[in-house]
Amino acid sequence: MTIHKGRGFACINYPIGMNLGGDPSQALVHATPDGKFMVALSAIDLGQGMKSVTRQIAAEALGVPIADVYVDTADSDTGPHDMGSFASRGTHRMGNAVIRAATEARKAMLEAAAEELEVNAADLETDGRGNIQIKGAPSRSITVEDTAIAAQFKQGKTLSGRGIFLIPPSDADPNTGEMSPVTCFAHAALVVDLQVDDETGDVVVTEINSAYEVGRALNEKLVEQQLIGGAWMGVSHALYETTEPYYPERRNMAGDFVEYLQPGPGDVAPHNIAVLERPAEDAPYGGKGPGEMCANPVLPAVANAIYNAIGVRCDTLPITPEKILRGLQANGGARPKGAL
Amino acid sequence: MSPIEFRKDLFADERDDNLNEIGKPTIRQDIIGHVTGRTRFYDDHLFDGLLHMRCVRSPHHHARIRSVDTSAAERMPGVRRIIRPQDVSHNINTLLSLINFGRDDEQLLSSDKVSYMGEPILAIVATTERQARDAVAAVRVDWQELPHVLDVEEALKPNAPVVNEEYPNNTFDYHDLYDHQKLRFGDVETAFQQADHIVEGEYQMSPIEQAPIETCGAIAAPEQNDRFVCHTSTQALFFSLGTTAKLLDMPSSRLHFIGGTVGGGFGGKVDSHHEPLAVLGAALTGAPVKYTWDRTEEMRVGAPRGAERWRLRDGVMNDGRIIAREFTGFFDSGAFTRLSSYAIIKGTGHLPGPYTIPNVASNVYCVYTNRTPSTAMRGFGITAVDFAIECHMDKVAETVGMNPIELRILNAYRDGDMKAHRRVAKNTALIECCQVVAQKAGIPLSPAATGANSLTGGGIGWRAEVPETVTDEAGRIGERRQREIPAQPFGGATVRGRVPAGTKGENVVAAEVQNPDMQIDPTRVGHSVSQALTGHPTPGPTTAAPAISTPIVRQPAPYQPNPAGAPQPTYSPAPPPSARPAPEQPQQPAPSAFAEPIAPGSTPQSTPEAPDTPDKPFQRGVKRPGVSRFISGTRRR
Repeated sequence: MTIHKGRGFACINYPIGMNLGGDPSQALVHATPDGKFMVALSAIDLGQGMKSVTRQIAAEALGVPIADVYVDTADSDTGPHDMGSFASRGTHRMGNAVIRAATEARKAMLEAAAEELEVNAADLETDGRGNIQIKGAPSRSITVEDTAIAAQFKQGKTLSGRGIFLIPPSDADPNTGEMSPVTCFAHAALVVDLQVDDETGDVVVTEINSAYEVGRALNEKLVEQQLIGGAWMGVSHALYETTEPYYPERRNMAGDFVEYLQPGPGDVAPHNIAVLERPAEDAPYGGKGPGEMCANPVLPAVANAIYNAIGVRCDTLPITPEKILRGLQANGGARPKGAL
Repeated sequence: MSPIEFRKDLFADERDDNLNEIGKPTIRQDIIGHVTGRTRFYDDHLFDGLLHMRCVRSPHHHARIRSVDTSAAERMPGVRRIIRPQDVSHNINTLLSLINFGRDDEQLLSSDKVSYMGEPILAIVATTERQARDAVAAVRVDWQELPHVLDVEEALKPNAPVVNEEYPNNTFDYHDLYDHQKLRFGDVETAFQQADHIVEGEYQMSPIEQAPIETCGAIAAPEQNDRFVCHTSTQALFFSLGTTAKLLDMPSSRLHFIGGTVGGGFGGKVDSHHEPLAVLGAALTGAPVKYTWDRTEEMRVGAPRGAERWRLRDGVMNDGRIIAREFTGFFDSGAFTRLSSYAIIKGTGHLPGPYTIPNVASNVYCVYTNRTPSTAMRGFGITAVDFAIECHMDKVAETVGMNPIELRILNAYRDGDMKAHRRVAKNTALIECCQVVAQKAGIPLSPAATGANSLTGGGIGWRAEVPETVTDEAGRIGERRQREIPAQPFGGATVRGRVPAGTKGENVVAAEVQNPDMQIDPTRVGHSVSQALTGHPTPGPTTAAPAISTPIVRQPAPYQPNPAGAPQPTYSPAPPPSARPAPEQPQQPAPSAFAEPIAPGSTPQSTPEAPDTPDKPFQRGVKRPGVSRFISGTRRR
C-alpha cells in the first residue's frame, strides 16, 4: 500500500591473493625476429580481462607499445605454471611475474641496443613508442625492431625473460590464529538507496553510490566492468539468489535460469562510482585486483537500507518478499527509521 | 548508466600517474573474437568420433551402495564403456593436497557409499549424449538409505550421523589439535565486563550458484606419444592438470591441457571434476570424450557458494568505540572438504573486519553435512562474514545513537594499527572510501569524521591498548562427540593461558627475484615504496590530512615527472610519514571519541620478539606411498 524509501551503508576491506601464500605464478616473455613480444602464461581469462591486463603490464615493463605485445594463454605445453584465476590473485601474482619476465627481457633488449649504438646500456631508455634512445639525446636512437633483428641475426642473443612470483607458504597459529594472510588489501564503501513496497514485500534498488579503493586502476574500463558487474551480483545475492530456498532443507531447488532468480537488465540501478587508488607496495604498479571485493559491501548495505526503510531486520539471505512480509507482520507494520 | 570518476586527487603523492600503458582504457585483446562469436571456448573444439559421458548419481542424501547392476545398460546401443570406481587408479583426493592442506576424503566415483544427492558412482561413455543418458537411466542400484544430517548445528550434535569417514566428528581437523580454527587477540571476557553495551546478532547466508553462462566441462582426446590433450573450462589449468595426474596416477608429462578462455567462472570452475573423468574416458576408449554438465547439474551437483552461519557479540562504549568482538562461525562444507576448511582460515585472518578492536575472539567450524560439497565463489571466505559484520555495525550504531558512517570511521583501521592476526596494518584506505561515498550520497559527516584519515593516528592511544592475549585449549579433536558446541568462543574452557600482545611470528613477504635482471628499476614501478610501518609503529609527530572537501587536495605535491631525457631517476619515493614536514597541528576535532586520548599508565604495544620458530617444521614434498610420483602428497596429520 505504501512505498517506503530507505538508505543503507556498508564498508569493507578485502585480502588480495591466496591466503597464506604458497601460490606461485610464472611468465615467459620473448621477442619475435622483428621485435614484437610474446608473453606465454597459463593464466585463465574468465572474462575479467586477464589477457589484457597482463598485456598492459608487459608493455609497460618492457617499455614498448601495447600493439607490439601479445599474450598467449593457457596451454600447459608452452605456458609455465600458474595456480589459477581465483582469490583475486590473478593480477597481483601473475602481474608481478610478468613484470619480472619483462624486466629481464628489457635488460637484454637494452644491452643489444647498446651494442648497436656503441654506448653503455645504462644510458639508454625506451620512449614507449618503439624506440630506444640515449637519455638526454633522443636523436641518437634505434628502433626495437632493428634491435631485435640485430640481436638475433647478428649478435646471437635472445631478447627474453623469465619471471616467477611467490608469497612463500606459511601457517596460522592453532591457538591464537596469528598469521600473515596476504600482503595487501582493497577497500570499498557503498550507499544503497531502495524502495520497499509494504504490500508485496518487493524491493527495488533505485541508486547505488560507491567508493572503491583498488590500489591502481591498471585499465580504467576493466575496473569499471568489474565494479558494475560486481554490484549487480551483490544486489542479486542480497535479494534474489539461492540454490536452496528452504535451507537447510533441500527442496524446491532450482534447475535452470527460469527457476533460479536473478535481476534482469531492467533491474540494474544507476551506480555512481568513485575509484580511489592507493598503490600497494608489492602489487604490479600498485594494482590490487577489484574482482571479488566489489560485490561484498552491497549485501549488507541492502539489508541495512531495508531496515532503514521499514524497520525490519533481515539477517538471513536472500531477503525475499516473503521474509519482508513476515517481518512487517511481526512488527505490526512498517516502522521507517528516518533519513541517514 | 554508471558514471565513474577517478579520484586522482587522493593519495596522489604515492602514485606516478604518467605511465605509458598502465591506467589506459585499452581495448581488450580478445574482445573482437568475443563479440563476433569467433573466440574458441573449450566446447568449440571439434573431434571426429567424439564420445559423450554422463554420470550415474545418487538419488539419496546418504546411502550405502549394496550392489550395482549395469547389465541392461551394457547392452544398450552406442554404449562404449562403463567406468567404475575401480577404473580410477588413485580414487581418493582432496583438492588442496596440491598445497599439502587437508587429508584425501573424496572419490572421483564413489564405491561404497554416497553422502549427498547427486554424488557420482559410475560414468557411462556412449556415442551420443542421448545414448549415454538412456544408459544411465538403465543402471539399477540397490541403495541402503542411511540417516542423514543437513543442518550444521545438527551435524555437531554428539549423536549425529557420520557424513565423511575421514572426518568422523563431522568437523575438519585444524592443526591436528582442534575441531575449529581459533582466533585469540586480547582479553574479550574482561573487555565485555567493561563495555557499556553488549550487541548480539546471528546471520545466515544460504547456498548460491556461481551461474556461469558456460557450464563446467572438458573434452579429452588421445594425442601422439601416449599423451592426452584436454580442452577445459577450468579456472586453474595446472590445478586441474595436477588433480587429474594424481587421480589417474599418470605422469603430468602425459597431459596436455588447453584452456584460458572461459565463459564465466566466479569460483565454480576450480573443483577439477571433469578433466580427470574426460581423460580417463579417452584413455579407456581410445577416442575423444566430452564430459560436460547440463544446467541442472551445474545448479544442483556443481558445488555452490556454501552456506555460512555467524554469531557476533560486541562490547561497545558509549562513545562508539568497539572494545571487544566475538565470533562463532559455521561453514557448511557439504559432504566433502574441497576448499571450505581453507576458506575458514582466510575468513579468520579477515576478522574482525576492517576495524581496530583490541579484544577479539573467534571459533569457526568447518562442518560436514549431507549436501552438495561447497566450493569457492567470488569473495570466498569473506562475503558472508562481511554481511554479518556490516549488518552488525549498523546495530551497534543504533545502540549508541551514532551516524553509521561515523561509527565506521571512528573504529576503522589505520596505518600502524595492530590487526587481530598480529600484523601491523599498512596501505589502508577505508576511511577515505567512507568519506568519498558520504560526499557522493550527500550524507553530512561531523568535522571529526571528515578530518580523519588512514595515514595518521594509527598505532597510538587507545588504538594501541591491546592487553595480553588470553588463550584456551577447549574443543580438541574428538571432544565434541561428548559435548555441545559452546555459545561463546571461550565457552567450556576450563584453563586459560596468556600470550603477549603483538607480533610473535614473522611477517611473510614475497620471495626475492632469483636474478637481479628481473628486479624492476625502482624508478619504473609507478608508485612510492610503501610508507607503511613494517615493524613496530613509532608514535611521533604526524601530519593530519586536510578535511575532505570538493575537490580533495592533499598537501604533498603530486608526482612531477622529469623532463624527457633527464638523466635522473624520474620518480622519487615519498618520505616516510615521520620524516614528512609537520605543519602546525590542526585543531583537535571536537568529539572525544575521535581524539587519541592516551590513557594514563597505558603502554605502547610490546616490542616484537625474536622470529617465531615453529615446533614442527612446515612439511613439504614428503613422498607418500600410493600417490602419483610427481605430487608431493604429505598428509598433515
